[in-house]
Amino acid sequence: MAQELMKKQSNGNVAVAERTRTAGTYTPRFDIVETKDELVLYGDLPGVPKDHLDIHFENGQLEIQGKVEPRHTNREFVYGEYGIGDFYRSFNVSEAIDAEKISAELRNGVLTLHLPKTESVKPRKIAVKGDK
Amino acid sequence: MLNTLWRPFSNDIFEPLGSSGWGWPENPLAEMNRLSAEMDRMFRRFGMGDRAEQPVVTYPALDLWQDENCLYVEAELPGMAIDDLEIYVTGGNQLSIRGERNPPIGGSGTWHRQERGYGQFSRLLTLPCEVKTNEVDAEFKDGVLTITLPKSEAAKPRRLAIKGE
Repeated sequence: MAQELMKKQSNGNVAVAERTRTAGTYTPRFDIVETKDELVLYGDLPGVPKDHLDIHFENGQLEIQGKVEPRHTNREFVYGEYGIGDFYRSFNVSEAIDAEKISAELRNGVLTLHLPKTESVKPRKIAVKGDK
Repeated sequence: MLNTLWRPFSNDIFEPLGSSGWGWPENPLAEMNRLSAEMDRMFRRFGMGDRAEQPVVTYPALDLWQDENCLYVEAELPGMAIDDLEIYVTGGNQLSIRGERNPPIGGSGTWHRQERGYGQFSRLLTLPCEVKTNEVDAEFKDGVLTITLPKSEAAKPRRLAIKGE
């Protein structure tokens, strides 16, 4: 179940159709941890300011899109080990999530996303009745 | 050479780090070959557009830009702060970046994905020209480090005055 819970939905190619700039779109790295109350996602989105980050959750599909502003206009490129471009990633979330209570925080290029589970799917200890 | 220790959570998408230094060889032909190999690597990367599945061999990856007066070295270091980093310029053209990224605080939960790396890292880089060591400036914003290195006067391009008759 742990492996099945979240599946990467695409390689980020979904974003290609709506991309309007020539820079590449990258798939950001994510850590995902599940506790009894929630799923927590940590994503690396360097260069994405808070107001350029779009997070969308609908019908169990989570989409994260971050726009990166060009950083070196009017400078000559000398050497590069990585490309600069927008970020896109989507996940299928099979757990029932309380969409109203989803919260997100972006700090120093790291997104922390809390997806609280709905009450009905939280693990519960069942009291067993029997003879005394 | 500085040692690099970069421990990823899972080894399926990361590869261990090798030598972390890079620079400008004296042989121009070798330099061209190296650049050509780098370009190939970059275009492959642009084509696939998928960071999460590209093995990282050095950390942090660096980009280098320049204008007439300065060199600009950029690194993506999400989750870090400028105080977590040690940046030195020695010998006029040796830039060293060291730091440590702490593991995420996951508590006692079940990990479904662990793609982000953590641990100590260091890079040593030979700049293509001498810089004014005392005027180097570093800025850290949204997880992106930009180091501005003013070129030394001798390294700046200079227009030659041509005498007429």
